[in-house]
Amino acid sequence: MSAVIENHHDDHHHGPAKGLTRWLYTTNHKDIGTLYLWFSFAMFLIGGAMAMVIRAELFQPGMQIVEPEFYNQMITLHGLIMIFGGVMPAFVGLANWLVPMMIGAPDMALPRMNNLSFWILPFAFFILLSSLFMEGGAPNFGWTFYAPLSTTYAPPSVTFFIFSVHIMGASSIMGAINVVVTIMNMRAPGVGLMKMPLFVWSWLITAYLLIAVMPVLAGAVTMMLMDIHFGTSFFNAAGGGDPVLFQHIFWFFGHPEVYIMILPAFGIVSHIIETFSRKQLFGYSSMVWAMLSIAILSFVVWAHHMFTVGLPLAAELFFMWATMLIAVPTGVKVFNWIATMFRGSITFETPMLFACAFVVLFTFGGFSGLMLAITPADFQYHDTYFVVAHFHYVLVPGAIFSIMAAVYYWIPKWCGNMYDERLGKLHFWLSFIGVNVTFFPQHFIGLAGMPRRYPDYALQFADWNMVSTVGAFLFGVSQLLFLFIVVKTVMGGKKATDQVWEGATGLEWTVASPAPYHTFTTPPKID
Amino acid sequence: MSTQNYYVPDQSRFPIFMAVSLFLLVMGASSTINNLGDADNNSVYILYAGFLSLFTTLFFWFRQVVKEHLAGLDSNQLKTSYVYGMAWFIFSEVMFFAAFFGALFYVRNFAVPWLGGVGEKGVGVAALDLWNGFESAWPLIETPDKGAAYKDTGFTSMAWPGFDKALKWLPLWNTIVLLSSSLTVHHAHVGLKNGNRKQFNVWLGVTVILAVIFVYLQAKEYYEAYTHYGLTLNSGIYGSTFFMLTGFHGFHVMMGGLMLGIMLARSLFAGHFEDHDHFGFEAASWYWHFVDVVWVMLFLFVYIL
Repeated sequence: MSAVIENHHDDHHHGPAKGLTRWLYTTNHKDIGTLYLWFSFAMFLIGGAMAMVIRAELFQPGMQIVEPEFYNQMITLHGLIMIFGGVMPAFVGLANWLVPMMIGAPDMALPRMNNLSFWILPFAFFILLSSLFMEGGAPNFGWTFYAPLSTTYAPPSVTFFIFSVHIMGASSIMGAINVVVTIMNMRAPGVGLMKMPLFVWSWLITAYLLIAVMPVLAGAVTMMLMDIHFGTSFFNAAGGGDPVLFQHIFWFFGHPEVYIMILPAFGIVSHIIETFSRKQLFGYSSMVWAMLSIAILSFVVWAHHMFTVGLPLAAELFFMWATMLIAVPTGVKVFNWIATMFRGSITFETPMLFACAFVVLFTFGGFSGLMLAITPADFQYHDTYFVVAHFHYVLVPGAIFSIMAAVYYWIPKWCGNMYDERLGKLHFWLSFIGVNVTFFPQHFIGLAGMPRRYPDYALQFADWNMVSTVGAFLFGVSQLLFLFIVVKTVMGGKKATDQVWEGATGLEWTVASPAPYHTFTTPPKID
Repeated sequence: MSTQNYYVPDQSRFPIFMAVSLFLLVMGASSTINNLGDADNNSVYILYAGFLSLFTTLFFWFRQVVKEHLAGLDSNQLKTSYVYGMAWFIFSEVMFFAAFFGALFYVRNFAVPWLGGVGEKGVGVAALDLWNGFESAWPLIETPDKGAAYKDTGFTSMAWPGFDKALKWLPLWNTIVLLSSSLTVHHAHVGLKNGNRKQFNVWLGVTVILAVIFVYLQAKEYYEAYTHYGLTLNSGIYGSTFFMLTGFHGFHVMMGGLMLGIMLARSLFAGHFEDHDHFGFEAASWYWHFVDVVWVMLFLFVYIL
């Protein structure tokens, strides 16, 4: 080959550049993964602080700490930041770190675009957060931004919100295209589709969902922009449109979005349970088919978020049954995890503790979801704290526990040091207790009829709200311990071996710990 | 198996410049739109700065990619990455249009009939008392509130006017122009694959001209809609869906035409593209065929049906 290529080949063996420009200009999947993960952690803390404001206000009935208008801004930004800034970038960060190493690729397929998808995010969230200081305050219409609350009655900052969602969407689409192309085109010879690690499979499906629905979200906010500023009537019945149309478009995005936030978690948990049970995963191919079925079904269930807006009877029935169908593939996954653990030589290191809590508590959130799927019952629960409890059970001990499990599981590979097991276990138990004390009582107050999104409530809900707030602060404070553990591990600690975990299998465990700056510049041999 | 390593570019300044450009662009756009009535507002200059730096960055970024390609840095595997990347990008565009087509289908089949008291949810809705006498129809010329923008101009719709007036009906000409442009771009592609550079340049040039003609005709149609028919963005859901669907399509035609124009310039002035190696052009032509398919859908669902 020509000299140019030889030179370039040499380039690959040097390490990272020095200074700040390393992070600004990087094309390295590990650097970009690290950026994503730290960014998501920062957003997790900001969104968490907003959750603390919400829970502090709800500690007692009556208005104590914030104005109702500010409370509305807090619930809106809390939701948007945790979803688009916390959970999604964390999973993209994990994908960046792990997918190339798991499939034996030298990097992501399109490294410069990879950098772009990350660096859009800080700007997007700067715009979103700066809206707090704008005239009329930040968006205050809830993270679902239903019209006409988000159009006719929105504060002026809604325009900034719309454009920040636009560029977040662009970032997600580019990130997802990168993941799909990497998985389709960059697998080392011998890594067939049905030999891919489940985390890779889960991300292939997630990326497909992202590419399919983020443009729909862009369409929804574009229609809002046109309705607000340019006189169209998409969501205005006076001009022949329909506010319910907004909900249809939003939830056509929103429901697959929910699975975007849980499918990578399925992948992570499968790896961790397999490793710490010291057994091969039970039912690999059924895991893959279950994820595919969940992804396909996610496109035909969106109106279960809208049972009370006055849908035709046929639609209510269809969306109820379609939603319940999702319990089947999800059940397959849960039983596969249990079957993997059955008769395994299980040890409970921190990642395994989080993974086990995931299986139990995510299933719990799944069950309350099943209750909400029953149309006539949903008429009772709709927009109560029962819904809040449901989705926080699938998102906090679901998605976020899986992210924490992943950090504990792979951090020895990332920085070469073992985390402090004692502190890790402490973090787990504090989080586990905190999350349940926070959200379990919300089932009760929800079933008793407390509506969501209000800063004040009737006296009979006082006791459980107080309990919930105590739990929320316990959970919130324990995450500072998580930050401490991560920083401590990055700074030093017991050196990790290459395999790190006794039962760990997969290509990422064959490279050194910490993983070299460039892995697999030539494809590894796979039998 | 290729013996080449996959090309992983070194550090690059383009992405961060692009991110800053997008930031300027959306900050400028938001502030400009929020202050539309204010003549003293200068935020439009932020918007211009954003556009300028966006296009500058894109220019240098693509130039870099082309240079790397000409230097032989990209393996066949990298080319496959570009192929997949473009295909998935077009899929995301399909879904963007799906949102607007979905809105059109929903209002036509559900929202408007229900407002007019027709169908399962059309019985006893408050709208019947609120907007007495409203009758559902599509195209919806008279909105439920007979809003300020409503003028009785005797205009019926942009739809098929019947065979006697067909030749004066712009959408038909637009369809002919765009469908033939798909054929001409394909003819150019065939020429390139056979090593016939002249055929490539000529037919690609014809395609770009057809793109310009399409945009001109579309602008003319908008002008007629606004001045003669009173159909505007403000005239209810029919105007909303009509202008947003055709508008975004027109915007995509401009983008696609620009891409093809750049490919033509690359071929004419730099002699780029080989008979077996011309993905830049191929990607642009895929985009063009996609834009064409969207138009066929528009023609069918917005104009004919």
